[in-house]
Amino acid sequence: MTVEKFEKVLLLGSGALKIGEAGEFDYSGSQCLKALEEEGIYAIVVNPNIATLQTDPPRHGRVYFQPLTPDFVEPILEAERPEGVLLSFGGQTALNCGVQLADRGAFRRAKTRVLGTPLAGIRGTEDRAKFMELMRRAKVPVLPARAVYSLEEAREVAKEIGYPAMVRVAYTLGGKGGGVAWDPEHLEEVVGRGLRISPVGQVLLERYVGEFKQIEYEVVRDRLGTSITVCNMENLLGMRVHTGDNVVIAPSQTLSDAEYQLLRRAALRAADVCGIVGECNIQFALDPASEEYFAIEINARLSRSSALASKATGYPLAYVAAKLALGYTLSELKNRVTGVTSACFEPALDYVVVKLPRWDLQKFAHSDTALGPSMKSVGEVMGIGANFPEALSKAVRMSDPRSDLVPPPTPRPLEEVLPDLLPIRPEFLTTLLEALRAGADPADLARRTWIDRWFVDELAELERIHRAFGALEGGELPSTLLRKAKEFGLSDRAIGRAARVDEEEVRRRRLEAGIRPRMRMIDTLAGEWPARTNYLYVTYRADADDVTRVPAGSVLVLGAGPYRIGSSVEFDWSTMNLVDGLKAEGVPTVALLNSNPETVSTDYDRSDRLYFEEITLERVRDLVEFEHFRGVVTCVGSQLAQNLTPLLAACGIPVLGTAPASINTAEDRSQFGALLERLELPQPAWRAFTTPDAAESFASEVGYPVLVRPSYVLSGAAMRVIAGRQDLARFLSEAARLSPEYPVVISKFIEGADEVELDGVSDGKRVLVAGILEHVERAGIHSGDAIFCLPPRHTPAAVQADLRRAAERLARELQIRGPFNIQFLVKSGAFQIIELNLRASRSLPFLAKATGVPLLREAARAMLGRPLSREGIAPLPPHRWGVKVPQFSFLQVSGSDPLLGVEMQSTGEVACFGPTFADALVKALLATGVKLAEPGGTVLLSVGGLELKEALLPTARWLAELGFVLAGTEDTAAFLGARGVRGVQVLHKVSEPDRHPNVLEALDRGEVALILNVPSSLTQEKFERMLEDEYTIRRRAVELGLPLFTSLESFAAYVEGIAWLTNHPITVEPLYGTPEPGGKVRAAPRSVPLRGRRRR
Amino acid sequence: MLEDGTRFDGAGIGAEGRRVGEVVFTTGMVGYPESLTDPSYRGQILVFSYPLLGNYGIPDISARDEWGLPTYFEAPGAQVRGMVARGITRPNHWGSRQSLESWLAVETVPGVVGIDTRRLTQHLRSKGVLRGVICASPPGEEAPSTADLRRTLKRAPTYAKEKFLPEVAPKKATLYRAGRGPLVAVPDCGVKASILRALLSRGLSVLRLPPEAEIPERWEGRRVAGLLVGNGPGDPATLSGPIAALEQARNSSLPTLGICLGLQLLALSRGARTYKLKYGHRGQNKTVLFDDGRALIASENHGYAVDRRSLARTGLKPWATNPDDGTLEAAKDARGLVLAFQGHPEGHPGPQEAGFLFDRFAEKVRRRSP
Repeated sequence: MTVEKFEKVLLLGSGALKIGEAGEFDYSGSQCLKALEEEGIYAIVVNPNIATLQTDPPRHGRVYFQPLTPDFVEPILEAERPEGVLLSFGGQTALNCGVQLADRGAFRRAKTRVLGTPLAGIRGTEDRAKFMELMRRAKVPVLPARAVYSLEEAREVAKEIGYPAMVRVAYTLGGKGGGVAWDPEHLEEVVGRGLRISPVGQVLLERYVGEFKQIEYEVVRDRLGTSITVCNMENLLGMRVHTGDNVVIAPSQTLSDAEYQLLRRAALRAADVCGIVGECNIQFALDPASEEYFAIEINARLSRSSALASKATGYPLAYVAAKLALGYTLSELKNRVTGVTSACFEPALDYVVVKLPRWDLQKFAHSDTALGPSMKSVGEVMGIGANFPEALSKAVRMSDPRSDLVPPPTPRPLEEVLPDLLPIRPEFLTTLLEALRAGADPADLARRTWIDRWFVDELAELERIHRAFGALEGGELPSTLLRKAKEFGLSDRAIGRAARVDEEEVRRRRLEAGIRPRMRMIDTLAGEWPARTNYLYVTYRADADDVTRVPAGSVLVLGAGPYRIGSSVEFDWSTMNLVDGLKAEGVPTVALLNSNPETVSTDYDRSDRLYFEEITLERVRDLVEFEHFRGVVTCVGSQLAQNLTPLLAACGIPVLGTAPASINTAEDRSQFGALLERLELPQPAWRAFTTPDAAESFASEVGYPVLVRPSYVLSGAAMRVIAGRQDLARFLSEAARLSPEYPVVISKFIEGADEVELDGVSDGKRVLVAGILEHVERAGIHSGDAIFCLPPRHTPAAVQADLRRAAERLARELQIRGPFNIQFLVKSGAFQIIELNLRASRSLPFLAKATGVPLLREAARAMLGRPLSREGIAPLPPHRWGVKVPQFSFLQVSGSDPLLGVEMQSTGEVACFGPTFADALVKALLATGVKLAEPGGTVLLSVGGLELKEALLPTARWLAELGFVLAGTEDTAAFLGARGVRGVQVLHKVSEPDRHPNVLEALDRGEVALILNVPSSLTQEKFERMLEDEYTIRRRAVELGLPLFTSLESFAAYVEGIAWLTNHPITVEPLYGTPEPGGKVRAAPRSVPLRGRRRR
Repeated sequence: MLEDGTRFDGAGIGAEGRRVGEVVFTTGMVGYPESLTDPSYRGQILVFSYPLLGNYGIPDISARDEWGLPTYFEAPGAQVRGMVARGITRPNHWGSRQSLESWLAVETVPGVVGIDTRRLTQHLRSKGVLRGVICASPPGEEAPSTADLRRTLKRAPTYAKEKFLPEVAPKKATLYRAGRGPLVAVPDCGVKASILRALLSRGLSVLRLPPEAEIPERWEGRRVAGLLVGNGPGDPATLSGPIAALEQARNSSLPTLGICLGLQLLALSRGARTYKLKYGHRGQNKTVLFDDGRALIASENHGYAVDRRSLARTGLKPWATNPDDGTLEAAKDARGLVLAFQGHPEGHPGPQEAGFLFDRFAEKVRRRSP
């Protein structure tokens, strides 16, 4: 077969991580780049996601940190003139951008071809009417559904279909905005919201089939029409819950061959009729009591499910899809796992895979935790085992290492448990086990929850085994029961608790009885062919290891586990950069442990040995005992890995990098405070407390507000700024309950201070400062939620030098060997240290990319005891500004409050670069979907407290000058009027709907273009009603997709960006790249006259 | 226990007893009722590499389709000598009538579970197919000694020496009518019910014949318009009776479809050679690469293959290949009158993309039929 030779191809990424579109696209994009690199193709990557691996300096190509919108991608097409463009590796974002580019003729003008599935096929899967027509041609049944454009239409159609009816929103992610309309009243709410959200003002109504099984197939098809299904997957919670929030099992467990093949054939026909070239995912609803089925939807692109399927089977879907898009046929490609067999085959599994979502709904105030058709999880893990309970138990511990898949210690009576089964909530597995412990009949549970009885029976078996330990005499641990328990995935800890035996004792007795997990390979062919890769998991249902021990001197790197609020793709970046660094430094084998199927690090050929396993003490010890690693790296896998440091050290396992004692000093507030005192480095007044009384007297002494937090912190969990005495008392009872082992720390909260971070790498002597980052918002907003910029805008050079000296003193004092991050407060030319993290931080990828210095390569040297190859400050190229902007997913989490604070809530981030702060900021804002308000539009200002109102004045005047119409809630409007800002319109309170013009009216009529809403949480003006009003405004802003700011400084920066746009075009330039082949010079910089274009 | 002395201990299920057979593995993840009743597994102990079995139970064993063929099975009863699995689970499925365990007991098939079937699969892959003895002892009874098992193995005949034809082949002809549809003769060496159903559901009537019988020109007043040679157990080279019958039938130039053993018998009847594969192809994920670059996934169950070089001067040409080990996957004659496929286009279990062969065959038969 002849394959057309491409020289230059453009790849669209997926932008910031958000609910419904997360790290899986860094994985698919990275695999795609690997395929392009093999072909010698010059790859242009467009993706503003700073934390991804696919945007690292390329070996052969260029990277643009730009918004994934047609306005920005078209100039890149014009400048670069790639021969082909790949749209299916960047999720819905890339696909939508591609469709829009095609619609405006951009590909035609740039003479660029869409590679892979043709646009007609993509449109056919995206447009419901076309989809139904295609499925009719493929003889694949679909649910009777109708597209509606208005509420009246919806009522008519719902009458025909009957209630409950399913509402879906066209062209959105992760079921965003969709829902079940149980009755006409519900319909109004769900359809109303859907119509507001849909970019094409369209929602779909269809029959609700919540009780059906939800089965998915991943189909790969080449240009000749050869197609295979790589995996099928079954959703434990059926059609009732979005697949992103579902527990997914691969392969399906409850389907007969007849059903498996019925759906498989339908999947192949559907892919065929859509003309897929590459990969697609198809979802089916299958009646649990017959062979009736419907195709629900097709994703004509790589997806979360395809990433999962790749990891579940070892079949590199994205890599193969990229090769097929370039013109290869399936049979021309090799199976990369065996290296000898064809890629045209269907993987055979000899294990079971269970994907469990990770929800962080407790981080969102006011959020609704019921699971349904709209996705709410922020990450996922994948457990692998030889049976369902083993795989699921692992997944539960992967999702949270502190938890186990066991009933709660003191189960309630059955009649109290049963009502908690529905609606399904994130803790439903524990609820099911609790019900079983309380004597529930599995058949009854299956009937109530619509979970297939097979799964309930498996859980019941696990519950029986667990119960048997409780019936034992104290200290007894029969080895048959122990073995059975391990085969069902119970941890030593869970067994110990159930049998009232110390965990360590369980481990000792277990090893004595010769019960240890076996290392097993995922080889795609169930042992039929020898495999070359080292993609491994462990299981107790085996009696031999597939691999032998690694060579002496090898290292194990712990990954970061599931993506969650506060730990996301940036730690996968750190993990992989360190793995590469260690390899470059000559470590014989770098093994990796991680549990998250969305990551690049769990791509089996990125490390020498990949353990797809739980990141728990028990498992790490198992691996170390088997492999005899020289050391374990815990400083790149976020707080999850870092938390294991003291435990590993206590077991005598060497930890590479900074000594565990130093880490303890940095993490233990008392020790750290004492250290700073000794070094005479300033810090806010603080003290640790174990009693509320002492805490209150301290707070009164230093003066409110105070910052309250526990010692071991993960992304601000349980941390809060407290304004007054009453709040402190209330919060302390909660925080104390949250973390009994550690005292609560209270520190003076300094108002009006700037927050500045310093990242660096040290070898204990030398220090390389990666950069100093300044937050746009004042201290009080979690650094993960803050906008920050490089270089600092306000921090004086003298202060910057002070910060650097402080960092150097700490690095030498603590003998830091590896990456570190220090957070400072800066006010009136003086700094205070608030935190030191002896691990890779969230901001490290941003700094590495902005400066071009391979920071983790240096860290690898330090960790191996070698000196850094450079010190000082990593230089920032002249005329370069970098701005990082967080991405929020408030819309997906219904009810959540978009108010920012010390608790992190963002799900992702972007960074853009430019010659000025405003230029970079505007791009970064656009890249997170923040709209730019047009002069002439109305700005709603609502600011609590006199001090804040005062601070708003200059920005308000600036807005008026720019031609915006100002509006305010009563107090704010009155204040502005009194201070001479003219023409400020008054909008009456939400709680006074009879007074017009009213805030909500104005919002719903689309009369407001921009909102500033800064509540007075730090003052004593706490009227419940008022807070409720403010919340309503913020929530409505989210649902309407309006730009909303809850801090004055970020709002002022936004206005600065808007002002910049009035007389400057926005630059479109790659951040870096390699020389283009054929001696072509670098593409000329382009710019976008955003103003003109957007008025189109 | 395998003939090389390797022993795997687990828990017995199904029938009690001891059986000797050739130990083979399948990598299929669904379709155990179909596999366990596939006559091609006669004389074999079937190992499932997929670790969970019995999830959807066993469907109604008495159900028959409109032609009187078993609806859910490939033959009326279990065909394997024994079954080996990593684990079995409690079944739940709308079609399930009993558990795998209880059905195996009814069918007097011993099974062993709790065995590391991956290790066993790897062993068979590297050593090649081995004979073995499976022993399910009654509860409480001590497991038999290795020496005892070795004696049992020694006494039993080898796979190649065993005669399966009398066990699986019909003694007399049976006619299945698909309305007035043209008639296809099927010399039956152990053909799966799904193959017959694939013909009947395409409107072809089926004349199921003892495999050594001459292919008649007419039957009950109807002309025989096509010939299908299906699957079955045993070493194809030893099946001299059926081979002779096919040699004779060649003169009639009937549209012919060979499936699995059928491909091998057709080739042998034209002078080609077959050989035994190291560990066979058994699974639902096998690649069949046609000579035009297209490929499909097929369900397979064969321990022998046709030596592709020996096809010269047989009138058959290689048509498709397994890209992994180069074995012959399909052959046809120059006119396309004879189509032969090493896999199972009817699936059950497994993919049915090769079902187009039935369509092509049916078309030719129809054209032939008056």
